[in-house]
Amino acid sequence: MGMTMTQKILAAHAGLDEVKAGQLIEAELDMVMGNDVTTPPAIDVFRKSGRDKVYDRKKVALVPSHFTPNKDIKSAEQALRLRAFAEEQDLFYRFEQGKETMGIEHVVLPENGMIMPGDTLIGADSHTCTDGALGAFSTGVGSTDLGCAMATGKAWFKVPGALKFHLTGELKDPCTGKDLILYIISKIGVDGALYRSMEYSGPGVKTLSMADRMTVCNMAIEAGGKNGIFPVDDITLEYIKRVAPERYEAGDFTIYEADEDAEYDEVYEIDLSEIPLMVAFPHLPENGRAVGTFDPIEIDQVVIGSCTNGRIDDMRLAARFLKGRKVASHVRCIIIPGSQRVWNQCLKEGLFDIFTAAEAVISAPTCGPCLGGHMGVLAAGERCVSTTNRNFVGRMGHQTAEIYLAGPPVAASSAIMGRVAGPDELPEL
Amino acid sequence: MDAKGKVFKYGENVDTDVIIPARYLNTSDPDHLAAHCMVDLDPSFVERVKPGDIIVAGRNFGCGSSREHAPVAIKAAGVSCVIAPSFARIFYRNSINMGLPILECAEAAEGIEDGDEVEVDFSSGMIHNITKDETYKAQAFPEFIQKIIASNGLIGYITK
Repeated sequence: MGMTMTQKILAAHAGLDEVKAGQLIEAELDMVMGNDVTTPPAIDVFRKSGRDKVYDRKKVALVPSHFTPNKDIKSAEQALRLRAFAEEQDLFYRFEQGKETMGIEHVVLPENGMIMPGDTLIGADSHTCTDGALGAFSTGVGSTDLGCAMATGKAWFKVPGALKFHLTGELKDPCTGKDLILYIISKIGVDGALYRSMEYSGPGVKTLSMADRMTVCNMAIEAGGKNGIFPVDDITLEYIKRVAPERYEAGDFTIYEADEDAEYDEVYEIDLSEIPLMVAFPHLPENGRAVGTFDPIEIDQVVIGSCTNGRIDDMRLAARFLKGRKVASHVRCIIIPGSQRVWNQCLKEGLFDIFTAAEAVISAPTCGPCLGGHMGVLAAGERCVSTTNRNFVGRMGHQTAEIYLAGPPVAASSAIMGRVAGPDELPEL
Repeated sequence: MDAKGKVFKYGENVDTDVIIPARYLNTSDPDHLAAHCMVDLDPSFVERVKPGDIIVAGRNFGCGSSREHAPVAIKAAGVSCVIAPSFARIFYRNSINMGLPILECAEAAEGIEDGDEVEVDFSSGMIHNITKDETYKAQAFPEFIQKIIASNGLIGYITK
C-alpha cells in the first residue's frame, strides 16, 4: 500500500521505510516554534526536563506575536520571559519589533526562509499547519510538547490518514485561497478532517499562488485537520529560491510526492472556477455562504491581516478595492500587515497612501484583534468582517459580538459599503 | 484514579476560546485560568463547579486554538474528567500531557444529562450514570496513558 505525502515525510523523519495510518512514531524535528502566549509554560517544562541547552539553537524559533507590542504588564512579562530565554540559549533567529524578521510566526517562518520542502516541524500554535504550503509536514501542539521538543528535537505522532482534494480549473478573479478553504470547510464541517491530513493535488494547484496555498493550509485546523499540505512545484521552488537562496542552491530540501496508490479516507473533486466569494457567518468557520445570497448585514469594523491573510498579496488585494474610495463613516477599518517585511513592502509600493486616503488605520504587525487581544477588540453586539480564521463566540471581544470571516476583497468592499458586501456592489469610481 | 461528580453538559464544538478566552492568557497561572474557565459559554460555571465534577459535551470538544491553558483551566477548576463523542486533536494531546482524563464515548455523551451524578473507572473505561442507573463503555486508556495521568501529566511521567 502506498503512502500519502504526509506519511512519506513522517516515515523519513522517523527513520522508517514505511508508515501506516494509526501507527505511533517518534520523528526528528527540523524546527520547533512557540509564541509569547505558549512559550512561557514551555520554558517551565524545558527546565524540568533536566537539559541545559535546547537541542539546536538554529531550530528553535520563539516569536512574540500575539500580544505584542505588549498590551499590558502581564503580557510584557510573558514576552520578557521569551526574550530572556532566547538570549540565554543564544537562539539564532530573533523576532523583535521593528526588525525585518519579525511578525506573526506563520508569516515570518516561511518568509525568512526557515522552512524548506520536506521539513517536519511543530509549533505551539494551532495555525502552524500553514507551512504545509511549502510541502512540509507542519502541525500545532501545546506548550508541554513544545517544551519537550525544545529539549529533545523529537516528538511522537500518530500517523494520520488523509483526505484528498483534487483541484481542477482556476479561481475566478478576485476569489482567493480564503474562498477555497471557507468553501471546503462549509462542505466538510469543523471536524470534517479530524486527526487527518488535508492533501491537495491536481492541475488546479499550479494556478494557486504561495499566498493562496498558505491561507488554505492555515485553516486546515478549522476543519479539525492535523495538517494541510501542497505538492512541491515550480511555484514552490521559485518561492524558496527567493526567500532561502543559499539553502536552495545547496539543495538543502527534499521533495516528497504521494504514491499513486496512496490510500485516502475521502477524495473530493473541486473545480476552482465554481468557488464563489465566501463569508463564514457567526459562530463557526463552517457557516460559509456565497456573497450575494444573504440580506444586508450592517457592520462596525473590518480587520485585514493575521496569519491567514496578512501577506503582501492580501495587502495588494485590499488596496485594489480601497483605492480611490472611503471607508463608511460608521466603520473602523484596521489593516495589519503580517510581518515587518510585508509592512515595509506596503510602504514601498505606496499601499499605505491608498489605505490612509481611504481612512483605514494601519497597525504594527501583530495577531492582536484576531484572538481578542488588542488593536481592535469588539464591544457587545458589534459586528466585524475579518480576514482572520475564527469566528467563535467571544473570539474578538465581547461574547455577543459577531465575526464574519472573508478574504481581503470582501473585507475591503465591506469596509467601504458599511455592510457585508462583495466587490460587485462597490460604486464605480 | 476514578472520577465521580455532577455533570455539566454542553453542546458540540466547544472551542478553546470559550473554555478560556484569550483576554485571560496574559498569564499561565492555573488558579487565574480556573477563575475564568468557561466564562463565555457558562458564566456561572466557576461558581457552581465542585471538585470532582465532570464535563460532558458534544462532538469536537476543544476545537480551535492550541492553548494548553484550556485543559489547565478545566483541571484547575476541579473537573475530574471530560467525556465527549470526539475531541479536537491538539486538545486531546494537551489534556493527556496535562493529566486531565478525557474519554471518547458517544453513548455516554448522548445518555448523560446536565446535573446527572456520574462515576468513571479509567482503567476499564466504564462510565456509570448513577442518576439514571445506566452504564456506558468508553475505550480504556492504554497503560502508559494511565501512568501519565497518574503522574499529573507528561512532565511528571518523564521525570519520574
